[in-house]
Amino acid sequence: MSVTIYVPRDSAALALGADRVATALVAEAAKRGVNVRVVRNGSRGLLWLEPLVEIATDKGRIAFGPVSPADVQGLFDSGFPQSFAHPLCLGPTEQIDYLKRQERLIFARAGVTDPLSIEDYQAHGGFKGLIAAQTMKPADIVDSVLQSGLRGRGGAAFPAGIKWRTVLQAEARQKYVVCNADEGDSGTFSDRMVMESDPLLLIEGMAIAALATGASQGYIYVRSEYPHAIQSLQLAIKLAEAGGFLAGFKLEVRKGAGSYVCGEETALLESLEGKRGLVRAKPPLPALQGLFGQPTLINNVITFASVPFILAEGAKAYQDYGAGRSRGTLPFQLAGNIKHGGLVEKAFGLTLRELLYDFGGGSLSGRPIRAVQVGGPLGAYMPESQFDTPLDYEAFAAIGATVGHGGIVAFDDSVDMAKQARYAMEFCAIESCGKCTPCRIGSTRGVEVIDRIVAGEKREQNLTLLRDLCEIMVSGSLCAMGGMTPNPVLSALNHFGADFEKESRR
Amino acid sequence: MTDLTLRADEEISAVIEPLKHLPGALLPILHALQDRFGHVPKEAVPVVAKALNLSRAEVHGTISYYHHFRDEPAGRHVVQLCRAEACQAVGADALWAHAEGCKGEFTLEPVYCLGQCAIGPSMLIDEEIHAKVTPAKFDQLTAALRGAK
Repeated sequence: MSVTIYVPRDSAALALGADRVATALVAEAAKRGVNVRVVRNGSRGLLWLEPLVEIATDKGRIAFGPVSPADVQGLFDSGFPQSFAHPLCLGPTEQIDYLKRQERLIFARAGVTDPLSIEDYQAHGGFKGLIAAQTMKPADIVDSVLQSGLRGRGGAAFPAGIKWRTVLQAEARQKYVVCNADEGDSGTFSDRMVMESDPLLLIEGMAIAALATGASQGYIYVRSEYPHAIQSLQLAIKLAEAGGFLAGFKLEVRKGAGSYVCGEETALLESLEGKRGLVRAKPPLPALQGLFGQPTLINNVITFASVPFILAEGAKAYQDYGAGRSRGTLPFQLAGNIKHGGLVEKAFGLTLRELLYDFGGGSLSGRPIRAVQVGGPLGAYMPESQFDTPLDYEAFAAIGATVGHGGIVAFDDSVDMAKQARYAMEFCAIESCGKCTPCRIGSTRGVEVIDRIVAGEKREQNLTLLRDLCEIMVSGSLCAMGGMTPNPVLSALNHFGADFEKESRR
Repeated sequence: MTDLTLRADEEISAVIEPLKHLPGALLPILHALQDRFGHVPKEAVPVVAKALNLSRAEVHGTISYYHHFRDEPAGRHVVQLCRAEACQAVGADALWAHAEGCKGEFTLEPVYCLGQCAIGPSMLIDEEIHAKVTPAKFDQLTAALRGAK
């Protein structure tokens, strides 16, 4: 009898040698006359355990990890895949605490299924939402999304249903659904994981959006830094088309070209039109005049990926998760200097401390966590005194921080916060599209001013100048690039002021 | 020489032709050119401009705006090291300094996030992804690569 072995194909697993592990497992099994079938599944998101190898048993799946090619012989020596005696055995996958404590609505299938199998997808509840939507009036689909309380997961947290309704109500012969998959924020990888580990989910969400808004053409704009995601989406679209799930809706993948600002929705539309990714002034809203001047629904990956559950299980079921006005779940991403880095999907409302310590297990280096940046390069640096803030949009906004895309980057006490502040300005200078002067030039001046402060040159005047500059960037920039770069800069200065003093620097 | 230029022109047109009718065709065309030639050749700019009814300045402006497009050939291999925050938190700056000191048949470039933020520092060697890269692992991976043709 053949044993099914799962070896992930997600690029996180590949980056840690999953292909070589799969090859070694097949070779070793053949050598020993053990009959195995290898399935390349997605990732469970327990990234410190990748490559996470699983075997199917009649009592569920058993996990082993992290498995390196060099471990394979030893695994078989210990009786694998029949025996679970090897020290790398983690027991039943579903019982791993990190996974067991999550509330996975979006990532329910990630790591469980073969991402490129329609059968697998449907066997695990896939396309239930789309099939439900096909029997509904567009306005009722929009109403479900509205009732669910889902807010855009790209960072701005605008109610998704209102955007959907605006596009539905716009009169035009051609409408578009566009997915912003230009996830460029450091510390975030949940979009990538959806696209690689469960691409059909995104496709289903977009197909529902097309039904709801009357769009016949869709684009997924994926960053060029994600070659595996692009490939996986292209294959999954072909499968969905062949399966008849995309009737009347043409979906294409378009590849970005390394511009961070193209993650801003209007810059992304410019880029899709074949231009430089310059930010547009709003209004007009993309929902009314978006891609090629037509009404366009643009949401990010996690927003679309949240929709199938809402249609399948009802708005109420989704609404039941969350805290305050932040409804549903968010896939948080634990990154940087963290022991147990990975994806944690939970309802809004848990604290940063719970994520960092209960899930993350503290820093990777074993030193104290000194600062945490939440929500990407434009998010504030938070000190330990703010670790008890509940993760919801309003609670974070109240202290000048952002939940953003749910990326959490931990730094231990070896971090130099003046250097991080300088980097934020430097990054803005590299990535600014150049349209707004405060962003284009202010960022370069910002680097210089921080250098002077750190060198102890006219300290008081330069501190005033830095704050002044940040104020101009906030009020004088069209988009978040210039408008939010001051978040990391000022939070570093306000919470970690000593790092900016020449005398106290090492 | 004339023959070579002529052949290049034909090849450029062959890349552009099947894509030029796409809505927003410029980025797909530039990607296809770079995939074919390893960079976007200067000779392609007027050809693309003509095919899409754009000015040469618009095409040039687009190429130079995006970090991904190069107008000069790169080395035999391209090594991209992530320099963003999550990788910085686990030693990416030191790794970058180390990599800058290594000479080989590759072009070293910074990249801002490969989406491997929980297992950094990360890097791409051409399209092959690697995580938890230490200076020693960097040496090992690039040495293997220099041996390969």
